[in-house]
Amino acid sequence: MDRPPLTVLRERLAADGLEATESLGLLVMELPAPELLATVEGLKSRHGFDLFLDVTAVDWPERQPRFDVVYHFYASREHVRLRLKTTVPGDDPTVDSLTPLYGSAHFMERECHELLGIAFRGNPDLRPILLYEGFTGHPLRKDYAKNHTQPLVRYRR
Amino acid sequence: MSRPPEHDDLPNPVRPAFTPDEAGGMVVNIGPSHPATHGTLQIIAALDGERVTRADVHCGYLHRGFEKECEDHTWNNLIPYVDRLNYCSGLINDFAYCDAVETLMGVEITRRCRVLRTLLAEYSRIADHMTCIAASLMEIGAMTGFLYLMTIRDYIYEHLADLTGARVTYTYGRIGGLARDLPEGWLTRLDEILVQYEDFIGRVHALMDRNRIFIDRTRDVGVLTTDEALNWGFTGPMLRSTGAPRDLRRDTPYLAYGDLDFEVPVGIKGDNYDRYYVRMREMDESVYMIRQLVEMLEPGPISVDDKRCTLPEKHLVYSEIESLINHFKLIMEGPQVPAGEVYRAHEAANGELGFYLVSTGGGRPYRMHVRGPSFIHMGGLHRLLEGYQLADIVATFGSVNMIGGECDR
Repeated sequence: MDRPPLTVLRERLAADGLEATESLGLLVMELPAPELLATVEGLKSRHGFDLFLDVTAVDWPERQPRFDVVYHFYASREHVRLRLKTTVPGDDPTVDSLTPLYGSAHFMERECHELLGIAFRGNPDLRPILLYEGFTGHPLRKDYAKNHTQPLVRYRR
Repeated sequence: MSRPPEHDDLPNPVRPAFTPDEAGGMVVNIGPSHPATHGTLQIIAALDGERVTRADVHCGYLHRGFEKECEDHTWNNLIPYVDRLNYCSGLINDFAYCDAVETLMGVEITRRCRVLRTLLAEYSRIADHMTCIAASLMEIGAMTGFLYLMTIRDYIYEHLADLTGARVTYTYGRIGGLARDLPEGWLTRLDEILVQYEDFIGRVHALMDRNRIFIDRTRDVGVLTTDEALNWGFTGPMLRSTGAPRDLRRDTPYLAYGDLDFEVPVGIKGDNYDRYYVRMREMDESVYMIRQLVEMLEPGPISVDDKRCTLPEKHLVYSEIESLINHFKLIMEGPQVPAGEVYRAHEAANGELGFYLVSTGGGRPYRMHVRGPSFIHMGGLHRLLEGYQLADIVATFGSVNMIGGECDR
């Protein structure tokens, strides 16, 4: 009887000292921001998480620390997804960049940087990508009003 | 002609990654408004003669604050918005989003709904692949292939309009079901279109597959290895064209894909020709799946009987107070989704389309994030362009099938 790959991989991670839980079809791990890069390095080299799917952040203005930074990985051989969560404070929202490990981190971190103001230490190119040069503020933060506009070309009178 | 004075100090919206001095040659700007950039992409390319030495890809010209807007609407109000992500296959977006919300709510859709969603997702995939191949053929001069494919695509669009009321922006998915059941005669017409599809696809194969000009423009152009494709986060036909049989429909079966028999076509070396051929073969597999799904389709309800997400029947709304209140609450406050977070991914026409939803309980999402495959493909696009000719940018970019709606959100 084949055991579900999710369980197999969770036990393999546990043997490596990484505690993961299962939630709605994927593995979830939470860890402090300084351990991020080393952990992901291990996930990639030892556990087959070769596809870096997604990075985003969630803003909780009333909470300390303020931001959740959420990563999704996929092990393309075992067909298992993993969510990695870490928290960063509002006054210094810095995490290590994953660009040394995955090429796809370049664009996704650029997007997260401009929309939520997360600083990715080590990403060589954090120019705006969806927004434009000179845009001030981070629109996906909860304190950025939805109807606030800053047009690049002034409105006609 | 004099320009209005307030335009004199307009800043440049993008900052190139390199200056002509650093690039050591000529720098040309392509797009964002160029017939071959599908309207919304800008490529700043450094050239050595005709050869592209560096490419700096900028997207975002279609950014409309999708994720911010979503935080301000009820869960069911978002369905028209997600339609507009990949506007060539809106139904796949609908179903992926509904699936994510249903997973969070613990709703299990009915069998007929599951089969219908799978059928319509495959039908949309055909339309999406046809758009991609047609556009990329036209951009390198193959007008006849374009017209053949567009003919069938338009049959499909009109046919979907019979079902949903719209050609492109369907708003057909519902949390816990579908908007309405199939109209009479819909499956008969489906069969007619599939027969015509086979005829026209055969003509495109005959025109293109061994065409000297087409092969010269596509074979060994824009080559990518599997390792590199994974490194740059490529999924879908882009990854499969490099020879890796990675398909979410097979690897992590969702909807009714677990019950279907189908192959996962892969390419040999991940160049433009392979991307064309993988898409052509995938359409054939989709037709094969649709025919199986029509056989599997049994009568039954299309929406779950669950007051938390499904609207009550109209005659009950008008005749009894519980249904009226239920209807009012669902429309005004939205479905009450329990607190939690979920990531659900479907194999969209371009690759892995993922929805990451955060709910704090209540009728609106706290945070909604879309993993649009096009955006991630743009992050690795420069790898496909560098080292090839300037004119190859058009052929390669066409084969990537970048859709501005989901790329820029």
